[in-house]
Amino acid sequence: MDIFLQQLINGLTLGSIYGLIAIGYTMVFGIIGMVNFAHGDVFMVSAFIGLICVLLLTTVVGISSIFLVLAITLVVAMLFTGLTSWAIERVAYRPLRGSFRLAPMISAIGMSIFLSNFVQVAQGPRNKPLPPLVPDVIVLMERNGYQVTLAYKQIIIMAVTAGLLFGFWWLVQKTPLGRAQRACEQDRKMAALLGINVDRTISLTFVIGAALAAVAGVMYLMYYGVVNFADGFVPGVKAFTAAVLGGIGSLPGAVLGGLLIGLIETFWSAYFSIEYKDVAAFSILVVVLIFMPQGLLGRPEVEKV
Amino acid sequence: MSAPLLAVRGVETFYGNIMALKGVDMDVNEGEIVTLIGANGAGKSTLMMTICGAPQARAGAVTFAGKDITRLPTHEIMRLKIAQSPEGRRIFPRMTVYENLQMGAAVEGGTHFEADLERMFEMFPRLKERIGQRGGTLSGGEQQMLAIARALMSRPRLLLLDEPSLGLAPLVVRQIFEAIRTLNQTEGLTVFLVEQNAYHALKLAHRGYVMVNGRITLSGTGTELLARPEVRAAYLEGGR
Repeated sequence: MDIFLQQLINGLTLGSIYGLIAIGYTMVFGIIGMVNFAHGDVFMVSAFIGLICVLLLTTVVGISSIFLVLAITLVVAMLFTGLTSWAIERVAYRPLRGSFRLAPMISAIGMSIFLSNFVQVAQGPRNKPLPPLVPDVIVLMERNGYQVTLAYKQIIIMAVTAGLLFGFWWLVQKTPLGRAQRACEQDRKMAALLGINVDRTISLTFVIGAALAAVAGVMYLMYYGVVNFADGFVPGVKAFTAAVLGGIGSLPGAVLGGLLIGLIETFWSAYFSIEYKDVAAFSILVVVLIFMPQGLLGRPEVEKV
Repeated sequence: MSAPLLAVRGVETFYGNIMALKGVDMDVNEGEIVTLIGANGAGKSTLMMTICGAPQARAGAVTFAGKDITRLPTHEIMRLKIAQSPEGRRIFPRMTVYENLQMGAAVEGGTHFEADLERMFEMFPRLKERIGQRGGTLSGGEQQMLAIARALMSRPRLLLLDEPSLGLAPLVVRQIFEAIRTLNQTEGLTVFLVEQNAYHALKLAHRGYVMVNGRITLSGTGTELLARPEVRAAYLEGGR
């Protein structure tokens, strides 16, 4: 029971991070039907932006309140990562729109390699450590010397994720921007006929997806306390898997998929073997896709056109 | 006579290498209902989409209210208060009726939204019953009403209607044409109507054009065209 509880906490934390990244994949896929393979690396870049920002704020500026540092870092990371993603879309994807289907995808793979190599050259290939920002934990229960703990950083991750998802849901469902976005997703030509600037809406989709990934990046950095240039790949692929598992194009699906992948991974590591955790996560994906090809919350096609 | 609200001059439109419009000239004056009739594949919808800049004309010019709009991107053209109810209706299937109407008002800015909504409900009471339903679950006739209402939500100066009668029951067609006539008479709305249902369209319109193979072959008032033997032979035999 105590191991179960501990793994549940760990799994939800990890799942929150995957879910935040997965939203970026699913949104971009929904609106332009393209898998943005560079999204994982955008996440990695955001962790580096976060790292630089934290170090600057603590050592150069000398802010001692850790929550203030985190808050500023989050905003800065969202801003710069959003900008990066906007530039990527502008340079590497928009000129290829209307080209054959694989072209932007190949371009995305190119961007992914470019980003990780750029960070490798600019920041060095080694792990970049960060001293623990929020080391405190709450002991929930203790039995036979085994402690179930809930770290403050885990609370922060889950709370920020929940708050962000609520804000994001509100943006998509209730604001004109979100409506324009859904309209473009369902029928781009018609959206243009209603006076919606489709290119701008697509750009904003990339920026929003990147901003969510930036939060995930800062959280990842805070959670593990270390980041390197290759860290975009595995979390990126896992988040993409989460998006597919939940039903690509579905926003709640991306979050659900993220949480599931996080839970599967941690439970498998705890009860079976940690070496096979990725095998477990991807096996579940295969099984789900065989029986539910549209994913867990993928939309059933019952519409009249 | 004052300059026309919409002027199409020598417009040529291509799909790849295929020339769909071969030099089209056409006018729509303020306050008029103008119809364009023709067979399948004549280029009627292409002309309507060319006016909206998707695709853009390769040669010729489209002028709206004195402004050359030939090279403007689609969304900027629509912001000049042109609204289109397109071929196939193109309702957003996973948005509610209410949200579809909100999208129609996107250009307008939302200041008259509530009042306009009431107007639409008066014209199409069916939409009020369906307000929270997703667009994709509506019947064809309801979708057509929604498409027209959505276009009207922007308070257009020019309403483009592409085959509003397609696939609808005669009763619904009459209802929709009646709504168009009322809008034109009471509010002076200018309408450009593309139709295959030539009889009804020519009855409704002040003026009409006939398109064959990407060219305008005939034009005149609605009653003139209805009386022409070639129009009767090609578009009305068996129709009425």
